[in-house]
Amino acid sequence: MRAFTYERAESPAAAAAAVARNPEARFIAGGTNLLDLMKLEIEAPRHLVDVNRLGLDRIEETPEGGLRIGALVRNTDLAADPRVRRDYAVLSRALVAGASGQLRNKATTAGNLLQRTRCPYFYDPAMPCNKRRPGSGCGAIGGFSRNLGILGTSEHCIATHPSDMAVAMRALDAVVETIDAEGAARRIPIADFHTLPGDTPEIETVLRHGEFITAVTLPPPAGGIHLYRKVRDRASYAFASVSVAAVVHPGQGASGGGIASARLAFGGVAHKPWRVAEAEDRLADGGDAEAAAEAVLRGARPTGQNAYKLPLLRRTLAGVLAQARQGRGEDR
Amino acid sequence: MIDDAHAAPRRQAPGSAMTSEASMAAGSAAAPRLDLRLTVNGKERSLRLDPRVTLLDALREHLRLTGSKKGCDHGQCGACTVLVNGRRINACLTLAVMHEGDSVTTIEGLGTPEALHPMQAAFVRHDGFQCGYCTPGQICSSVAVLEEIRAGIPSHVTEDLERIEFGEAELRERMSGNICRCAAYPNIIEAIREVQEQGA
Repeated sequence: MRAFTYERAESPAAAAAAVARNPEARFIAGGTNLLDLMKLEIEAPRHLVDVNRLGLDRIEETPEGGLRIGALVRNTDLAADPRVRRDYAVLSRALVAGASGQLRNKATTAGNLLQRTRCPYFYDPAMPCNKRRPGSGCGAIGGFSRNLGILGTSEHCIATHPSDMAVAMRALDAVVETIDAEGAARRIPIADFHTLPGDTPEIETVLRHGEFITAVTLPPPAGGIHLYRKVRDRASYAFASVSVAAVVHPGQGASGGGIASARLAFGGVAHKPWRVAEAEDRLADGGDAEAAAEAVLRGARPTGQNAYKLPLLRRTLAGVLAQARQGRGEDR
Repeated sequence: MIDDAHAAPRRQAPGSAMTSEASMAAGSAAAPRLDLRLTVNGKERSLRLDPRVTLLDALREHLRLTGSKKGCDHGQCGACTVLVNGRRINACLTLAVMHEGDSVTTIEGLGTPEALHPMQAAFVRHDGFQCGYCTPGQICSSVAVLEEIRAGIPSHVTEDLERIEFGEAELRERMSGNICRCAAYPNIIEAIREVQEQGA
């Protein structure tokens, strides 16, 4: 691990300022992903700003009736919060589908959003990777790509975002709150928070250097049936091949399809949680799971090794919607 | 007292992998060391450490508590699992300096050879290990798992988020962050079940 200096921030604005003034500084919260990468020298910050003791570990109700989740709330605490279990079950389910008990005790809400891809070429410093070393090429395209992206990829990068939590937050229309070094606050809808790789795969979010996440807010409860289904190589402690976060209101809908409305977000398939409005519109108009999946998968560019994700996504979505129609899942 | 001042130089076996600290010394110029106070197994300890030292290396290399094991050093195997302020974490994936004032419990703090913790005794009784390398992490994790179930923290296999049904499926899911390459899993599960039933 490269040497770095360390400081403990006194306030969110001071944390933002400390990172903003040093281009090689980084925030450290849970550290479970950053330290993993620092040991491999994939990340090599020269200065770490510890943001663990800023009092951002509370979950509060908003005036609108939603929840404001402090950036430092641990994944375990978020999943177990009685209000989250009751009103946002899809988020609890997504959280406990990820990582291990030890990691969830340390990993934070903001850190989870900012975790890096687990693409094997990003993790291997001996291999080319445009995300790790811009311009070096992509080892994954034409390489071992079994678990990589099929949607929104580019000729420079086919990495996926590894988070389960973020997929549920995308279905719930969460908003990321930040503060910058000048103390200016900004609210970023999660739809706009993560970026596609394009020709700058090293850029993964719209955050500027030194911009600090203070909280993630959830809108008032949407009701409906909440489901998170994750398909992976092992029964536990593995990243998603495909995952679906669904909030479904069963009903007659426009033409008796059994679904009045649905919000669907997908993980394991793209550089960001994937959500397609047309897929949801088709379901509300009486379309079936296949019609919705067709809209989700429009423009998919799988590799030879990960083309299996197309039928896997169709079937996973069909299974989730069948469950929702039967009222199985968390009824909120 | 600064414990680190008493650290004896360690010999490097020929051809062996460098310790994390030897590789640090070989790397770029070190940052100033930082003072740290924490409570380990009920005792107050003071350390002066390079900020790169993980909690695991602080325990093993500086405090000579070698019960917590280094397996993968990347949070994948669980051999380094310790309890910090009562919660299980991977000691390899956190910096010691981030734990100023925290209370750490390692396998050495759970019980002693003369007075084993009930979970330690159950692992012995049920043969919940073979080579033993993962065992300290398995035991620390198991103790925390029973607390997590008691606290109502749901898991991936919990059917009803409001009510956890104790059973083998819950234990297997909750222990998935602790790998045992000897595959002593069935006996580990039996040991944890016994402790849970005794405590129920």
